Amino acid sequence: MNSPAHSSVADRRAHSDHTSMFLRMLIRAAVVRPSRAASALLAMVVAAAVATAMMNLYVDVQAKLRKEFRSYGANVVVVGKDGASLPTDALAKTESVLGGRGMAVPFAYVVARTSNGQSIVVAGTDFARVQKLDRWWSANVWPDSPNQALVGMRAMQVVSPAGQPFDLTFQNHTVHLEPAGTLQTGAAEDSRVYLPMAGFLAWTGVQPSTIEVAVNGSSNEMSATIQQLTNILPAADVHPIRQIVEGETRVLGKTRSTLYAAAVLIVLTAALCVLATLTGWVFDRGRDFAIMKALGASERLVGGFFAAEAAALGAVGAVLGFVLGIGIAAWIGRVNFNATVVPRLSVLPVVFAGSICVALLAAIVPMSLLRRVQPAIILKGE
Amino acid sequence: MFARLLYESFRRQKRRKLLAGIAITLGVAVATAMIAVATDIGDKINKELRTYGANLLVTPQEDTLDVEIGGVNLKPPSDGSFLNETDLPKIKGTFWRHNILAFSPMLPASVSVMSASGSRDATLVGTYFAKKLTFGKDDFSTGVRTTHPWWKVQGDWPADNSMDVLVGEHLAAKLSLTQGSSLTIDGQDHRIAGIVSTGGVEDDQIVAPLPVAQNILGKPGAVRRIYVSALTKPEDALARRDPKTMNAELFDRWYCSPYVESIAYQLQEAIPHSHAEQIRQVAQNEGTVLSRIKGLMLLVTLAALFASALAVSAAMATTIFERRREVGLMKALGAGDFAVAALFFAESTLLALFAGVTGFFAGSFLAHRIGRSIFDSQITIQPVLFPVILAIAIMVTFAGSAAAIRRAVQFDPVYALRGDA
Repeated sequence: MNSPAHSSVADRRAHSDHTSMFLRMLIRAAVVRPSRAASALLAMVVAAAVATAMMNLYVDVQAKLRKEFRSYGANVVVVGKDGASLPTDALAKTESVLGGRGMAVPFAYVVARTSNGQSIVVAGTDFARVQKLDRWWSANVWPDSPNQALVGMRAMQVVSPAGQPFDLTFQNHTVHLEPAGTLQTGAAEDSRVYLPMAGFLAWTGVQPSTIEVAVNGSSNEMSATIQQLTNILPAADVHPIRQIVEGETRVLGKTRSTLYAAAVLIVLTAALCVLATLTGWVFDRGRDFAIMKALGASERLVGGFFAAEAAALGAVGAVLGFVLGIGIAAWIGRVNFNATVVPRLSVLPVVFAGSICVALLAAIVPMSLLRRVQPAIILKGE
Repeated sequence: MFARLLYESFRRQKRRKLLAGIAITLGVAVATAMIAVATDIGDKINKELRTYGANLLVTPQEDTLDVEIGGVNLKPPSDGSFLNETDLPKIKGTFWRHNILAFSPMLPASVSVMSASGSRDATLVGTYFAKKLTFGKDDFSTGVRTTHPWWKVQGDWPADNSMDVLVGEHLAAKLSLTQGSSLTIDGQDHRIAGIVSTGGVEDDQIVAPLPVAQNILGKPGAVRRIYVSALTKPEDALARRDPKTMNAELFDRWYCSPYVESIAYQLQEAIPHSHAEQIRQVAQNEGTVLSRIKGLMLLVTLAALFASALAVSAAMATTIFERRREVGLMKALGAGDFAVAALFFAESTLLALFAGVTGFFAGSFLAHRIGRSIFDSQITIQPVLFPVILAIAIMVTFAGSAAAIRRAVQFDPVYALRGDA
């Protein structure tokens, strides 16, 4: 029994102060009976993880969904007043306002005549941008040279039923075009012929009259962008495309509310289950409580000890749960949106404080019940 | 004896049983609510996506090209062919009629308008606002108020049988027209019921009841195109196939799925000499948004199930762990491992049953409230969910208890009774 190691432990014990005793009790409680603390800790970790994941998702999902909604195309349109052309620098100005948070595609329109005298709408645009903005445009081949045209499905039957090259005339200028592909959208585009902007300008000299703009971000950011565009382009009408904006707002709002309800439910359940588990755990330690009191510990010290223990459990659970929760959120982001959900560190303090509060709350109820009981009765085991 | 042990255990340990019961009830309630919401959210969001307006367009088969820029028609409007207004109610006779929420016919006409402050040329579009129609025994109302929900009217919507019109807000500003004043269209006076704002080409147009446009064109019963708003199923490989290349069985499956393609096919069947096309901007994107939201809710539901399962397990483990003295006593009195385990399992099952039933109803109520407050409609709870939820509750409680029960059974009764376990 008198091994050197043992005596040095005894020495250290004799010379240690109150604080270290308190710490030792805290640590020993977890080390000596790990299984007791484990189930309480498990509940804590799960609750914190789920809370973290839900909060993180709730914040991030709107941005993710907004991105999905941009597949509906432009939400703002810039048009020259009364159908007039826009100034030549309008596109550059629009892009400078957007500053990378969106996309702008110019469109110029004229009515040309086919070789047999039929009127047809011909548009010039930037195909590289259109492919990114209007992803629902279904074209078998996209044109890549100035003399190639993308012909709407219905226009095709008029200008080039057999896919042969065709002529179009605008103000006595005739251009010889080659149909590169057929365009199908189910809307007005089907009756038009689309040319690359360079070829269109060289033929007609008509500048774009419309810029379709997709603005990323919330509705406030969108209104701000519209305001800036109106200021910078006095010759144009800038207005939101209500069909797109209202649809997005509505669907996004409903999804958000559902997710919010789910988050509240899940966090609440997790918190209440932790409360139940922890309450059981503290009750279970009635004997420790009684022994401490029997050995002369004051009520304040014992209360402080249990509170510290619960808080430590809450803190450890919160940190572990936070890490796990970030993992869950990232997994959901990858599986569902093919994009990472950015870990929000701002969630950590909330989860941390919440966990400790729940843990303390769980300790208070059984503590006040145990306080009324005589230590002797608990120690007798009744 | 076994029954008495079970009964006494519930009678004497009300607090502990209550705590575990609450944990299970909550877990089951949240699981039920989340599953109900997740299974129904597809339908709900699909309805909300109809805010984007019509996803199908029906035009005459032998249609000439539209020559239209920014909503201004540059073609002689009497050109081309028309659909017949009397065929419209047949849309409600197609196979997927219940999926067709509404449709609006459109008939544009070029008119010259005259007001006190001047005259100009404009496009007038005749349509239905909320027209009452009958097909067979079904009465229904249809028109732009459903297919174009983003149209905002300052004033009143005109009645479908009146001569009143709506004036687009830009046109109204240019002609300084207000609600209630009157406007001369092609020599005939019309009252302005309201000013319409759409954020689209209609802002520069006049929108009138269909007969007004038909009179102006001198073509009674004519319709230029029909916008149809239908609930559809996201497109998949089958949807994209050409129905002409399908065998009979495959064709039936395609025909009886609410794909936008098959609904278009059925519209073409219903309306003679017509061509129906999906409006790709609306139809193609629905699927993506819908699947993202459904996927999100599914994963959140999984997370919720996982959390409630672990919470229930933790609660069960604690309640059993607390009772090792009892186990020691039972074993000291000669109970075998099997008897002890059986008692605990019976207790868990009973607890899970009670809490599961309570939780299911609480969860149904929660789902109901969520549906009411968010979607203004009922969330249907499939009856099949009840046994499934109950089975899950019992399984999770079992699984949660198993480890704790095994440990409890392994206690040495001497240590357990001394309280040193």
